[in-house]
Amino acid sequence: MSLFNVFNITASGMSAQSMRLNTTASNIANADSVSSSVDETYRARHPVFAAAMQKAAAGQEANVGVQVLGIVESDKPLNVEYAPEHPMADQNGNIYKPNVNVIEEMTNMISASRSYQTNVQLAESAKNMLNKTLTLGQR
Amino acid sequence: MAIGFDKGFELHAQGMQLRAQRAEVIASNIANADTPGYKAKGMDFHKAMQQATQQQQMGMSKTNAKHFDVRTEINNNVSFRTPDQPDTGDGNTVDVQVERNLYLENSLEYQASVQFLNGKIKAMKNVISGGR
Repeated sequence: MSLFNVFNITASGMSAQSMRLNTTASNIANADSVSSSVDETYRARHPVFAAAMQKAAAGQEANVGVQVLGIVESDKPLNVEYAPEHPMADQNGNIYKPNVNVIEEMTNMISASRSYQTNVQLAESAKNMLNKTLTLGQR
Repeated sequence: MAIGFDKGFELHAQGMQLRAQRAEVIASNIANADTPGYKAKGMDFHKAMQQATQQQQMGMSKTNAKHFDVRTEINNNVSFRTPDQPDTGDGNTVDVQVERNLYLENSLEYQASVQFLNGKIKAMKNVISGGR
Protein backbone atom coordinates (compact mmCIF):
# COMPACT_ATOMS: atom_id res chain seq x y z
CA MET A 1 0.00 0.00 0.00
CA SER A 2 1.80 3.02 -1.21
CA LEU A 3 0.02 5.54 0.99
CA PHE A 4 1.91 4.16 3.98
CA ASN A 5 5.12 5.08 2.19
CA VAL A 6 4.06 8.72 2.43
CA PHE A 7 4.53 8.38 6.20
CA ASN A 8 8.05 7.03 5.76
CA ILE A 9 8.95 9.86 3.40
CA THR A 10 7.49 12.63 5.56
CA ALA A 11 9.12 11.11 8.65
CA SER A 12 12.52 11.23 6.95
CA GLY A 13 11.87 14.84 5.98
CA MET A 14 10.84 15.73 9.54
CA SER A 15 13.90 14.13 11.10
CA ALA A 16 16.21 15.86 8.61
CA GLN A 17 14.60 19.23 9.26
CA SER A 18 14.73 18.76 13.02
CA MET A 19 18.43 17.99 12.74
CA ARG A 20 18.79 21.23 10.82
CA LEU A 21 16.93 23.04 13.62
CA ASN A 22 19.26 21.39 16.15
CA THR A 23 22.42 22.57 14.44
CA THR A 24 20.92 26.04 14.02
CA ALA A 25 20.12 26.19 17.73
CA SER A 26 23.63 25.10 18.62
CA ASN A 27 25.10 27.69 16.23
CA ILE A 28 23.04 30.53 17.67
CA ALA A 29 23.72 29.45 21.25
CA ASN A 30 27.46 29.45 20.58
CA ALA A 31 27.51 32.59 18.44
CA ASP A 32 29.30 34.53 21.19
CA SER A 33 31.49 31.79 22.65
CA VAL A 34 34.90 33.44 22.89
CA SER A 35 38.11 31.43 22.93
CA SER A 36 41.81 32.19 23.03
CA SER A 37 43.05 30.06 20.13
CA VAL A 38 42.00 29.23 16.57
CA ASP A 39 41.69 25.50 17.24
CA GLU A 40 39.37 25.79 20.21
CA THR A 41 36.91 28.14 18.60
CA TYR A 42 33.42 26.92 17.77
CA ARG A 43 32.63 26.79 14.07
CA ALA A 44 29.19 26.99 12.50
CA ARG A 45 27.75 23.54 11.81
CA HIS A 46 25.39 22.61 9.00
CA PRO A 47 23.80 19.29 8.04
CA VAL A 48 24.23 17.92 4.51
CA PHE A 49 21.00 16.62 3.00
CA ALA A 50 20.82 14.03 0.27
CA ALA A 51 18.01 12.05 -1.26
CA ALA A 52 18.09 8.53 0.17
CA MET A 53 19.38 7.00 -3.02
CA GLN A 54 19.96 3.36 -2.16
CA LYS A 55 16.42 2.42 -3.14
CA ALA A 56 16.45 4.59 -6.23
CA ALA A 57 19.67 3.03 -7.42
CA ALA A 58 18.42 -0.50 -6.75
CA GLY A 59 15.43 -0.40 -8.99
CA GLN A 60 12.28 1.28 -10.13
CA GLU A 61 11.59 3.02 -6.84
CA ALA A 62 10.95 6.61 -7.81
CA ASN A 63 10.11 7.97 -4.39
CA VAL A 64 12.80 8.62 -1.88
CA GLY A 65 13.05 10.22 1.53
CA VAL A 66 15.71 12.51 2.84
CA GLN A 67 18.95 11.34 4.37
CA VAL A 68 21.35 13.40 6.46
CA LEU A 69 24.79 12.51 5.15
CA GLY A 70 26.58 14.22 7.97
CA ILE A 71 27.30 17.54 9.61
CA VAL A 72 30.03 19.78 8.25
CA GLU A 73 31.75 22.66 9.98
CA SER A 74 31.93 25.92 8.14
CA ASP A 75 35.43 26.85 6.96
CA LYS A 76 34.73 30.57 6.79
CA PRO A 77 37.45 32.61 8.55
CA LEU A 78 36.94 33.16 12.29
CA ASN A 79 36.32 36.61 13.68
CA VAL A 80 39.55 37.72 15.31
CA GLU A 81 39.22 40.67 17.63
CA TYR A 82 41.99 42.67 19.28
CA ALA A 83 41.01 42.96 22.96
CA PRO A 84 44.09 42.89 25.21
CA GLU A 85 42.06 43.59 28.35
CA HIS A 86 39.88 40.49 27.78
CA PRO A 87 40.67 37.65 30.21
CA MET A 88 40.74 35.11 27.35
CA ALA A 89 43.13 37.11 25.16
CA ASP A 90 46.27 35.34 23.88
CA GLN A 91 49.84 36.74 23.91
CA ASN A 92 49.09 39.05 20.99
CA GLY A 93 45.98 40.39 22.71
CA ASN A 94 43.57 38.64 20.29
CA ILE A 95 40.36 36.81 21.08
CA TYR A 96 38.66 34.46 18.62
CA LYS A 97 34.93 34.47 17.96
CA PRO A 98 32.98 31.78 16.03
CA ASN A 99 32.25 32.23 12.33
CA VAL A 100 28.50 32.03 12.99
CA ASN A 101 26.37 34.41 10.95
CA VAL A 102 23.36 34.93 13.21
CA ILE A 103 21.18 36.40 10.46
CA GLU A 104 21.89 33.41 8.24
CA GLU A 105 21.05 31.09 11.11
CA MET A 106 17.75 32.84 11.81
CA THR A 107 16.61 32.51 8.19
CA ASN A 108 17.79 28.92 8.23
CA MET A 109 15.66 28.32 11.30
CA ILE A 110 12.54 29.78 9.68
CA SER A 111 13.08 27.74 6.53
CA ALA A 112 13.62 24.54 8.54
CA SER A 113 10.53 25.01 10.69
CA ARG A 114 8.35 25.78 7.66
CA SER A 115 9.60 22.68 5.88
CA TYR A 116 8.94 20.65 9.03
CA GLN A 117 5.38 21.97 9.20
CA THR A 118 4.79 21.15 5.54
CA ASN A 119 5.87 17.56 6.17
CA VAL A 120 3.53 17.32 9.16
CA GLN A 121 0.65 18.55 7.03
CA LEU A 122 1.41 15.98 4.34
CA ALA A 123 1.36 13.18 6.91
CA GLU A 124 -1.90 14.51 8.33
CA SER A 125 -3.52 14.57 4.93
CA ALA A 126 -2.26 11.06 4.07
CA LYS A 127 -3.76 9.93 7.38
CA ASN A 128 -7.13 11.39 6.37
CA MET A 129 -6.97 9.60 3.03
CA LEU A 130 -6.23 6.29 4.73
CA ASN A 131 -8.94 6.81 7.34
CA LYS A 132 -11.51 7.44 4.62
CA THR A 133 -10.38 4.30 2.84
CA LEU A 134 -10.61 2.20 5.99
CA THR A 135 -14.22 3.18 6.54
CA LEU A 136 -15.11 2.42 2.92
CA GLY A 137 -18.58 0.92 2.64
CA GLN A 138 -19.26 0.87 6.36
CA ARG A 139 -22.15 3.23 6.35
CA MET B 1 -22.94 -11.78 -14.15
CA ALA B 2 -24.67 -8.49 -14.34
CA ILE B 3 -23.29 -7.03 -11.16
CA GLY B 4 -19.63 -7.64 -10.51
CA PHE B 5 -17.17 -5.79 -8.40
CA ASP B 6 -15.14 -4.92 -11.50
CA LYS B 7 -18.11 -3.45 -13.28
CA GLY B 8 -19.64 -1.92 -10.20
CA PHE B 9 -16.54 -0.09 -9.10
CA GLU B 10 -15.55 0.92 -12.61
CA LEU B 11 -12.26 2.78 -12.72
CA HIS B 12 -12.20 3.96 -9.13
CA ALA B 13 -10.11 1.07 -7.87
CA GLN B 14 -7.29 1.71 -10.36
CA GLY B 15 -7.74 5.44 -9.98
CA MET B 16 -7.26 5.29 -6.22
CA GLN B 17 -4.17 3.14 -6.58
CA LEU B 18 -2.66 5.63 -8.98
CA ARG B 19 -3.64 8.55 -6.75
CA ALA B 20 -1.91 6.88 -3.81
CA GLN B 21 1.23 6.46 -5.91
CA ARG B 22 1.00 10.06 -7.00
CA ALA B 23 0.72 11.15 -3.36
CA GLU B 24 3.95 9.28 -2.71
CA VAL B 25 5.76 10.96 -5.60
CA ILE B 26 4.67 14.42 -4.46
CA ALA B 27 5.50 13.66 -0.81
CA SER B 28 9.03 12.72 -1.78
CA ASN B 29 9.33 15.98 -3.73
CA ILE B 30 8.27 18.01 -0.72
CA ALA B 31 10.43 16.06 1.73
CA ASN B 32 13.42 16.74 -0.52
CA ALA B 33 12.61 20.42 -1.00
CA ASP B 34 15.90 21.37 0.69
CA THR B 35 18.08 18.59 -0.72
CA PRO B 36 20.77 19.94 -3.04
CA GLY B 37 20.67 18.44 -6.52
CA TYR B 38 17.27 16.78 -6.09
CA LYS B 39 15.11 16.89 -9.23
CA ALA B 40 11.33 17.07 -8.78
CA LYS B 41 9.34 14.24 -10.29
CA GLY B 42 5.80 14.13 -11.53
CA MET B 43 3.33 11.54 -12.70
CA ASP B 44 1.56 11.60 -16.04
CA PHE B 45 -1.82 10.63 -14.64
CA HIS B 46 -3.58 10.49 -17.98
CA LYS B 47 -1.06 8.05 -19.41
CA ALA B 48 -0.89 6.01 -16.21
CA MET B 49 -4.68 5.69 -16.13
CA GLN B 50 -4.78 4.64 -19.76
CA GLN B 51 -2.19 1.98 -19.11
CA ALA B 52 -3.96 0.78 -15.98
CA THR B 53 -7.28 0.39 -17.77
CA GLN B 54 -5.74 -1.41 -20.71
CA GLN B 55 -3.83 -3.67 -18.34
CA GLN B 56 -0.60 -3.00 -20.17
CA GLN B 57 1.59 -4.50 -17.52
CA MET B 58 4.13 -6.63 -19.25
CA GLY B 59 5.82 -8.68 -16.63
CA MET B 60 8.24 -11.54 -16.43
CA SER B 61 8.19 -13.55 -13.28
CA LYS B 62 11.40 -14.10 -11.39
CA THR B 63 12.16 -17.78 -10.81
CA ASN B 64 15.70 -17.31 -9.61
CA ALA B 65 17.20 -14.81 -7.18
CA LYS B 66 19.77 -13.83 -9.81
CA HIS B 67 17.17 -12.82 -12.39
CA PHE B 68 16.82 -9.18 -13.25
CA ASP B 69 13.63 -7.42 -12.32
CA VAL B 70 12.17 -6.63 -15.73
CA ARG B 71 8.75 -5.34 -14.93
CA THR B 72 7.37 -2.36 -16.73
CA GLU B 73 4.78 -1.25 -14.26
CA ILE B 74 2.50 1.71 -13.98
CA ASN B 75 5.05 3.72 -12.05
CA ASN B 76 7.00 4.01 -15.27
CA ASN B 77 4.94 7.12 -15.89
CA VAL B 78 6.95 8.99 -13.30
CA SER B 79 9.25 11.46 -14.97
CA PHE B 80 11.12 14.61 -14.10
CA ARG B 81 9.28 17.89 -14.00
CA THR B 82 10.29 20.82 -16.15
CA PRO B 83 11.39 23.50 -13.68
CA ASP B 84 10.06 27.07 -13.97
CA GLN B 85 13.29 28.42 -12.63
CA PRO B 86 16.36 27.33 -14.57
CA ASP B 87 18.81 27.63 -11.71
CA THR B 88 18.05 27.79 -8.01
CA GLY B 89 21.68 27.78 -6.94
CA ASP B 90 21.91 24.24 -5.59
CA GLY B 91 20.45 22.23 -8.47
CA ASN B 92 17.14 21.57 -6.69
CA THR B 93 14.06 21.88 -8.90
CA VAL B 94 11.29 21.47 -6.31
CA ASP B 95 8.71 24.25 -6.24
CA VAL B 96 7.12 23.70 -2.82
CA GLN B 97 4.05 25.84 -3.50
CA VAL B 98 3.22 23.95 -6.69
CA GLU B 99 3.80 20.60 -5.04
CA ARG B 100 1.63 21.45 -2.04
CA ASN B 101 -1.25 22.44 -4.28
CA LEU B 102 -0.85 19.31 -6.36
CA TYR B 103 -0.84 17.21 -3.20
CA LEU B 104 -4.00 18.87 -1.96
CA GLU B 105 -5.69 18.40 -5.33
CA ASN B 106 -4.60 14.78 -5.45
CA SER B 107 -5.87 14.00 -1.97
CA LEU B 108 -9.22 15.64 -2.69
CA GLU B 109 -9.60 13.63 -5.86
CA TYR B 110 -8.72 10.49 -3.92
CA GLN B 111 -11.39 11.30 -1.36
CA ALA B 112 -13.86 11.97 -4.14
CA SER B 113 -13.18 8.48 -5.47
CA VAL B 114 -13.75 7.09 -1.96
CA GLN B 115 -17.04 8.91 -1.80
CA PHE B 116 -18.18 7.57 -5.16
CA LEU B 117 -17.21 4.07 -4.07
CA ASN B 118 -19.19 4.49 -0.88
CA GLY B 119 -22.21 5.39 -2.96
CA LYS B 120 -21.75 2.37 -5.17
CA ILE B 121 -21.38 0.04 -2.21
CA LYS B 122 -24.51 1.48 -0.70
CA ALA B 123 -26.36 0.86 -3.95
CA MET B 124 -25.11 -2.72 -4.09
CA LYS B 125 -26.14 -3.35 -0.49
CA ASN B 126 -29.53 -1.95 -1.31
CA VAL B 127 -29.89 -4.34 -4.24
CA ILE B 128 -28.72 -7.33 -2.18
CA SER B 129 -31.14 -6.66 0.62
CA GLY B 130 -33.93 -6.05 -1.87
CA GLY B 131 -34.52 -2.53 -0.66
CA ARG B 132 -35.45 -3.57 2.85
